Amino acid sequence: MPDAAIEIENLTKDYPFGFLHLKKKRSLEGLTMQVESGEVFGFLGPNGAGKSTTIKLLVGLIFPDAGSARILGKSITDIEMHRDIGYLPEQPYFYDYLTAAEVLDYFARFHDLTAADRRERVARMLKKVGLETARKIQLRKYSKGMLQRVGLAQAILHDPKVVILDEPMSGLDPIGRREVRDIILELKRDGRTVLFSTHILSDAEMLCDRVGVIVGGKLRGVGAPSEIVGMKAQGMEILFELPAGGPNAGAIIAKATKTGDRYRLQVTEEELYPALEQLRGVGAKILSVAQVKASLEEYFMNLIDADRAQAAAVEVSGK
Amino acid sequence: MRRAGAVAWNTFREAVRDRVLYNLVFFALLMMVAAIFVGGISIGIEELVIKSLGLSAISVIGLLIAMFIGVGLVYKEMDKRTLYALLAKPVRRWEFLLGKFGGLVLTLAVNTLAMAAGLFAALLYVKQHLERTDAVLLIAIYFILLKVMLVVALALLFSCYTTPLLAILFTSGLYIAGLFVEDMRTVQFVIPNPAIQTLLRGLSYLLPNFENFNVMAAAAHGRGIPGALILQNTAYAVLYSGIVLLVAAAVFSRRNLK
Repeated sequence: MPDAAIEIENLTKDYPFGFLHLKKKRSLEGLTMQVESGEVFGFLGPNGAGKSTTIKLLVGLIFPDAGSARILGKSITDIEMHRDIGYLPEQPYFYDYLTAAEVLDYFARFHDLTAADRRERVARMLKKVGLETARKIQLRKYSKGMLQRVGLAQAILHDPKVVILDEPMSGLDPIGRREVRDIILELKRDGRTVLFSTHILSDAEMLCDRVGVIVGGKLRGVGAPSEIVGMKAQGMEILFELPAGGPNAGAIIAKATKTGDRYRLQVTEEELYPALEQLRGVGAKILSVAQVKASLEEYFMNLIDADRAQAAAVEVSGK
Repeated sequence: MRRAGAVAWNTFREAVRDRVLYNLVFFALLMMVAAIFVGGISIGIEELVIKSLGLSAISVIGLLIAMFIGVGLVYKEMDKRTLYALLAKPVRRWEFLLGKFGGLVLTLAVNTLAMAAGLFAALLYVKQHLERTDAVLLIAIYFILLKVMLVVALALLFSCYTTPLLAILFTSGLYIAGLFVEDMRTVQFVIPNPAIQTLLRGLSYLLPNFENFNVMAAAAHGRGIPGALILQNTAYAVLYSGIVLLVAAAVFSRRNLK
């Protein structure tokens, strides 16, 4: 087995639009990246960045205009590649008239499993995703979160070596999110490769060995989540309370934001210790000190703003 | 083929659970009412009326199901995105199409057989016995099944690349045109323009010839149907459907699922 589980080279996708589909909008531009075997890789980006397009190209739902990709050494155009992958579509939807057990059995049939094997796996998967008691209910009665669980179960039913999940946390409540995170970690422990897309940084930080950031159809960086976010550390935040009837807290309180009985104060790393001294001087009770990181939204916005600035500069120089 | 079989079985199950077979209740009621009242209003021709009415109902119901379910076979799966998880499995797109086709044809076959049983039951009620000549009805019903199979193939083709509404227009348009294939072949000789003659001749061979499958009048009158016609119609329906499915597979194989 090659070291890279997923190899993507110069993958490009245009979507036609307009009258007679004569115009084209580039959705993905020359994407080149690798996902190593056994790692959990997070694909980060805002909506419309090209995450789902990349995933759909990998699983053969759409076709590239240029470039190629291989999964476990097999071209994405090779039907045999599909034996080794599991795929959860974004906001999955299944046949209304089937029960969860029936839909899983249906999908298992495409992996040439025997009837006994199918029965055993379906029961095991339903238990894993917490749908054991709802196994005989038709899917039209399922909530969005329950459908997401069915989607996850069908993706890993056949023990795939590579699992590709498009927004797996979407539509789940906190318990559901926790369960999906546990399943992803379990897949990693079993040596599976997991590629999942998300726009929620905490999910990526918690689960991923590496992340790739994609904005405007272009890959903007690949690395450990801390590298991506660490670049944007924006100082320190002090959370504190003031004693009732204490000395006048003075100017430092003017800079803080009050929420209930608590105050939040943002300072630079250099200002941290002097600020703590001042707060101690007025008898403040320090509750926590934490590093302030840029949110993923800010990070994306910075990238988008940089793109716009570059486009504007090109336009001006063109004139 | 096993994978196409799985899709076919699922399509059949969907149709059954979607209450498609409820039309049988309507057919049964129609046959019962006809059987009870036909004696009073059509003295001496009860048998002909029951046979004609039964065959017409089987044909119309079959065509309606083939068109209205057929045009949504692929479109619905794309629109609801149920196809996404499936096509990530080791299943080829043509296997999926073949399965959808097979599933609807299976549904129509079960439906048609049930209606045929109803027709014979009504006939038995009216005549109190069945004759050997009544067996010709089975051939007429078989031809109806071949005809609706061809309609399913056409509906499936249009379902691969257009909306259900347009697909219904295209499929029904082709069906109606296909009823006039013989007329196109004869009318070309009375049109002086050689270009139009060539066009009509070409169209008459290109369009599906649905008129060939219509032996309802002969069957209702108990007239025999030549074995050669059975073979010819079977070969024609299988070949034409096969070609249409090949075109559908070619269209669908490069379709982007957005």
